[in-house]
Amino acid sequence: MAERLALYQRAGGIVTPLLTAVLAFFIGGLVVLATTGKNPLRTYEAIFDGTGLNWLFPWISQEDRTLAALNLQQTLILTVPLILTGLAVAFAFRCGLFNIGGQGQYTVGAVIGVWVGGSFTDLPALPHVVLAVVAGSLAGAAFAGIAGLLKATVGAHEVITTIMLNWIALWVGSFLFTLGGPLQDPNQPGVPVSPDVAEGAKLPVFWGDPVLQGLHVGFFIALTALVAFWIVLNRTTVGYEVRAVGYNPEAARYGGINVARNYFLAMAISGAFAGLAGAIDVLGWQFRVSETDVQVSTIGFIGIAVALLGRNTAIGVGLAALLFGSLLNGSSTRNLDPEIFKPELAGNLTLIIQGLVVLFVGADVLILYLWQLRRKLRLRVARAAA
Amino acid sequence: MLGIALGLLAFWLALPPLASRTILWPIAIGVIAAAAGIWAVTRGEKRMGWGAIASAALGIGGGLLATRSSIENLDAVVVWSSLLAAALRFATPLTFAAIGGMFSERSGVVNIGLEGMMLMGAFFGIWGAVETGSWVLGLVAAMAAGGGLALVHAFFAIHLRADQIVGGTAVNFLALGITGYHYIDVFGEQGTPSEVPEIPDVRLSFLEDVYFLGPIFGQMNLMIWLSLLLLVVSYVVMFRTPIGLRIRSVGEHPRAADTVGISVYRIRYAAVVVSGMLAALGGAYLSIGFVSSFTENMTAGRGFIALAALIFGNWRPFGAFGAALLFGFSSALAQRLPEYSESGALLFQALPYVLTLIAVAGVIGRSVPPAAIGRPYKKQ
Repeated sequence: MAERLALYQRAGGIVTPLLTAVLAFFIGGLVVLATTGKNPLRTYEAIFDGTGLNWLFPWISQEDRTLAALNLQQTLILTVPLILTGLAVAFAFRCGLFNIGGQGQYTVGAVIGVWVGGSFTDLPALPHVVLAVVAGSLAGAAFAGIAGLLKATVGAHEVITTIMLNWIALWVGSFLFTLGGPLQDPNQPGVPVSPDVAEGAKLPVFWGDPVLQGLHVGFFIALTALVAFWIVLNRTTVGYEVRAVGYNPEAARYGGINVARNYFLAMAISGAFAGLAGAIDVLGWQFRVSETDVQVSTIGFIGIAVALLGRNTAIGVGLAALLFGSLLNGSSTRNLDPEIFKPELAGNLTLIIQGLVVLFVGADVLILYLWQLRRKLRLRVARAAA
Repeated sequence: MLGIALGLLAFWLALPPLASRTILWPIAIGVIAAAAGIWAVTRGEKRMGWGAIASAALGIGGGLLATRSSIENLDAVVVWSSLLAAALRFATPLTFAAIGGMFSERSGVVNIGLEGMMLMGAFFGIWGAVETGSWVLGLVAAMAAGGGLALVHAFFAIHLRADQIVGGTAVNFLALGITGYHYIDVFGEQGTPSEVPEIPDVRLSFLEDVYFLGPIFGQMNLMIWLSLLLLVVSYVVMFRTPIGLRIRSVGEHPRAADTVGISVYRIRYAAVVVSGMLAALGGAYLSIGFVSSFTENMTAGRGFIALAALIFGNWRPFGAFGAALLFGFSSALAQRLPEYSESGALLFQALPYVLTLIAVAGVIGRSVPPAAIGRPYKKQ
């Protein structure tokens, strides 16, 4: 673990993630060219337009701007949970732990969020929504805490325990919402879905039409979480200890830090971020959870790519989440013109790009090597010129 | 100990005086007892473990018989043997992948990417079979695809010394993207054709009429036999040959192995690629042996169950097979349980993971991974 972190420090800066992303998109483009013969640049441009990020350009027409605003709202709605699951992976990483369980913690957060949001209907709106969000987050923390506890007490590897917890969450979640399941909507006996959350428990929409899935205030919760992540890690004792354990558990132990306690704490905080993501998704725009939702969601897994690409820093995670949120939305069936590129293909292209990003980010050595090669080449060219 | 007690409890629950009317309880407790038994066997507590497995089998059998006693006895036997046959069918892909994983992990390379390698096998198996019209070539294509993906994992893990868990995660993403992409690109909206060259069944006519065994072994898919063969071969290779000794030494103490002239890199590359090919065979069994079609992400976590089986079986072939069989049995049950309780069946699917969680938590003695697992080796 310590070695891994040392490597990340050495690779340093923004160069690696940028190169990684460029390389991944380049290979993705080659795939497009080789398999369909379409122009990869046109494809990427279409995906980009689908993200709504062209809203930021001052020169587009009013008509385009209206459409772009709608698309951008969708992109940001997807970015919100990715920021949080990315932070979940990043926080554990800074303690030298690899939390693969973001998906399970996200699911647990969503389940508890929808349950609290759908019950306690006599509560006033504000306490209700706060309660639902906090409960979802705490549930995620408790779920990840199992892995943290096992790591701290018997040393069970967190990768294995979190993988197992992911699948436990998936099947228990499916059980809860399936036909005849305990949390299934009694008013729709034929549909494997939870009841809707109460009106009062929904997060208010601040940009766009609430009926047409505008952007909800969860966006600000995610931004706050980014700041909180930075403050906790860099300005508190807890963060100091967590990072110390991450750099070198033995040295931390020698310095009087309770390593086991920090393992547990880091996992729990990490799970709180992922649980928050689940609760916010449910209370912000999904409003209900179905059996299929539990089974096909990959938000937590993408969080791994987000954290790795963002180099486990607050700013990096924010930017990486925006990148992946854009990719997800831009390649969705609704946004991509089938004339230019089949959206079903584009969705899988996104997966390939994600895989490549994770692959390359995990191999700083390769990127460093390429980077040095470039410098060497430049030196040689300079020498030749001289 | 616990296992025997649980097994007896399962049996007792089903006995007439109590006669639990739902079949769920004796089965659930029996499966847990069997798990405890396998666990104990792989930890060296042989006598105790087999006792637990036996009493668990007795418990489940008794439970089934008792709850079915209103029906004719013969019926129960039919149910019982078809259940076992289904368990074997479900266990086969897990066995291939788990034994593949064993090669990789015993050589010191963590293989979280088993899931992706299985998926590659599932897609390229059916793709090869459809393109060439022959299931043999389908299997070859599957092995090439799985081995290729494993080679990527190996290159990043061994030469670039990247984190193996990150690499494995990446490989899973990649496989999902690659297979999904090509599936749509090649087969489009209609999906895979309805006529696919399938891996044939092996009919043993002399067994077919034998009481109880006939329905299980009389007509079994070739791949199931192959998985049983692989089990024995992998055991012999891993624990009775110099190659196996080398693999294990590279996984326990690479520097020492290097010192005596074993090429750590070469062994690890070979082991990881073999693991990818075997996992791909498991995946190919799913697509061209079991259901004769492909759907996106059709492995649906089986690679992770295989990983769980490997850990649960303490990185040993027979342990892993026992765990795979147990997990296969619980899948087979989960498939049938809807007759009794629709939602309970889903809960049952979580069982393998819960068991593995308990196993790594070390309630009865911990799973001990190879010493150098997950650590990249740097030549000096």
